[in-house]
Amino acid sequence: MTESSHDKNITLLTYSEIESVKGSIGNFEVTIRKKARSVDMIKCTGCGECRQKCPQKKIPSEFDLGLGNRTAIYIPFTQAVPNVPVIDRETCIYFTKGKCQVCSKVCPTGAIDYEQKDELITEKFGTIVVATGFSLFDAKAYGEYGGGRFKNVITSLQLERMLDSSGPTAGKVVRPSDGKEAKDVVFLQCVGSRDESKGLPYCSRVCCMYTAKHALLLKDHNPESQSYVFYIDIRAGGKNYEEFVKKTQKDYGAIYIRGRVSRIYEKGEKMVVCGVDTLTGTALKIEADLVVLASAMIPNPDAVELAQKLNIPYDKYGFFTEAHPKLQPVESVTKGIFLTGPCSFPKDIPDSVAMSGAASVGVCAVLSKEELIVEPKIAWVDDERCTGCLNCIKVCPFDAIETRVVDGVPHARVIESLCPGCGNCASTCRVKAITVKGFTDEQVYAQIEAAMEKV
Amino acid sequence: MQGDVHAFRNVILKLSGEDVGKCIQCGKCSAGCPLTPEMEFMPNQILELIRTNDEKRVLRCNTFWYCVSCQTCSVRCPEDIDIAKIMNTLRKINLEKHVTPSPREVVTFNQVFLDSIRGYGRVYELGMVMKYNLMTGQPLKDASFGPDMFMKGKIAILPHRLKALSLIKSLMDKSRRLIE
Repeated sequence: MTESSHDKNITLLTYSEIESVKGSIGNFEVTIRKKARSVDMIKCTGCGECRQKCPQKKIPSEFDLGLGNRTAIYIPFTQAVPNVPVIDRETCIYFTKGKCQVCSKVCPTGAIDYEQKDELITEKFGTIVVATGFSLFDAKAYGEYGGGRFKNVITSLQLERMLDSSGPTAGKVVRPSDGKEAKDVVFLQCVGSRDESKGLPYCSRVCCMYTAKHALLLKDHNPESQSYVFYIDIRAGGKNYEEFVKKTQKDYGAIYIRGRVSRIYEKGEKMVVCGVDTLTGTALKIEADLVVLASAMIPNPDAVELAQKLNIPYDKYGFFTEAHPKLQPVESVTKGIFLTGPCSFPKDIPDSVAMSGAASVGVCAVLSKEELIVEPKIAWVDDERCTGCLNCIKVCPFDAIETRVVDGVPHARVIESLCPGCGNCASTCRVKAITVKGFTDEQVYAQIEAAMEKV
Repeated sequence: MQGDVHAFRNVILKLSGEDVGKCIQCGKCSAGCPLTPEMEFMPNQILELIRTNDEKRVLRCNTFWYCVSCQTCSVRCPEDIDIAKIMNTLRKINLEKHVTPSPREVVTFNQVFLDSIRGYGRVYELGMVMKYNLMTGQPLKDASFGPDMFMKGKIAILPHRLKALSLIKSLMDKSRRLIE
């Protein structure tokens, strides 16, 4: 992040959102909403005086997932780029009650600007890379795991924050209920994932590995600790992955139990985890200090909204669909838009990095050429037949048809760089003015005849 | 394993509407089941035995007789398989095929319970307990609880009869006809 912020060819627009996207490959016109930060980006030196003096100190930190607090004027995390704070207008005393302005008084450069407003900018881009990441499944859906009632049932991401030496607990794994160091920790894999009843039948792919990492780090941070991992299947497909899981079991003493947990309940200070070892056929109860849920990876809550702005397809979960699952995994069906990371499906870090590399090269391949080479199987309009009813525009899912006036009459015209050749327009056209090249009626009939000959 | 390897799975599918093929063997059913210590096979093992077409072992075991239909397994199953319903189906097949039920007492209890419903329209606790204990050859098993329970009003000497007993009878006759 720091490196890219210094690159003269990269413009970072943080705290900004896509408002709308128009145009097509090589010619996208994107309107971006630069949200009001209430701090002048140029005047601010990042000294941090405002954050220290802000009286509103007890706001649960989003980055620490509620384990730590932040102030109302804050930077999301220590290494955030740029090192310029933002005022959270929903919790700021000045914005909610009209008094305070402490940050403005202490700022040595006068960078605080309460009057700042959202700014809309429109720029042209040749290609777009979507790397919006993922969200975590809310384990509150599981009543049998406490539904969020138990303080000592946390998610893996919360544990990750605890294990961070600069995190809210300074690297100690503690019980959120009383702050005591956790000794017996139970990990539950597949929370949400592989659960048809919660609407997520897919495997989140990364949980097996990060749970093994957490079990290993836990022992590393506290040799007195003991971890228990409830799993259904261990999916450790990747370079050195299987060896890593084995190391966790063998050298770090993690006990792996094959079975899903049915229920968690509180008993005094402890959490009782009711599981089963399906390999021996024994039901068992483990008294734990801390329970860690490996929640499923799900699309961002606004993924569908973004997909509609970008005009890219998405699946039933809200993950963006790639042009071809095997041969074009980083391209969207809409030309010029690339996908990388878990916005298209759960992915781990090596896969995301590899995809990002592929997407960057895909971008270069488009931008480095004077002309765009497109697939030949696209729609074509016969001007002499077109009556200008323009029904084709309504059915085109890719906005690939525009109007063009011929002799004072509007005609349909296919934007060749956008058309993927789906054939919706050709089958809609009442006068057969549109054909998909390579799929004319004659050609399709010839294919049918050839196929029927064998029957 | 040869021949129609899916025969038993299909029988269960037809009778209960539940497909054990969906099971991912996570074991959540067995983890939540309060009766597993009594069962010869755990619920997840039963599903696997059905899938591997091992009809004999399934029908001869005691698992489905110990199932109390609390439905914890069905509610928590990530694949939405109604396991309690499968257990009920197994009980039905077991009775129809006259396979020797492992715990005979369970079948006796079921019969005595239904007799009580048929006779009075509701459970007549005292009569039911006495009949059950006589049929299982342990007449004095619960005798010591009797006075205390009577004093606390938990059991009555005489049965309470439902006013609309004929309705219950016709209901039970109808369900019997349906089964036949």
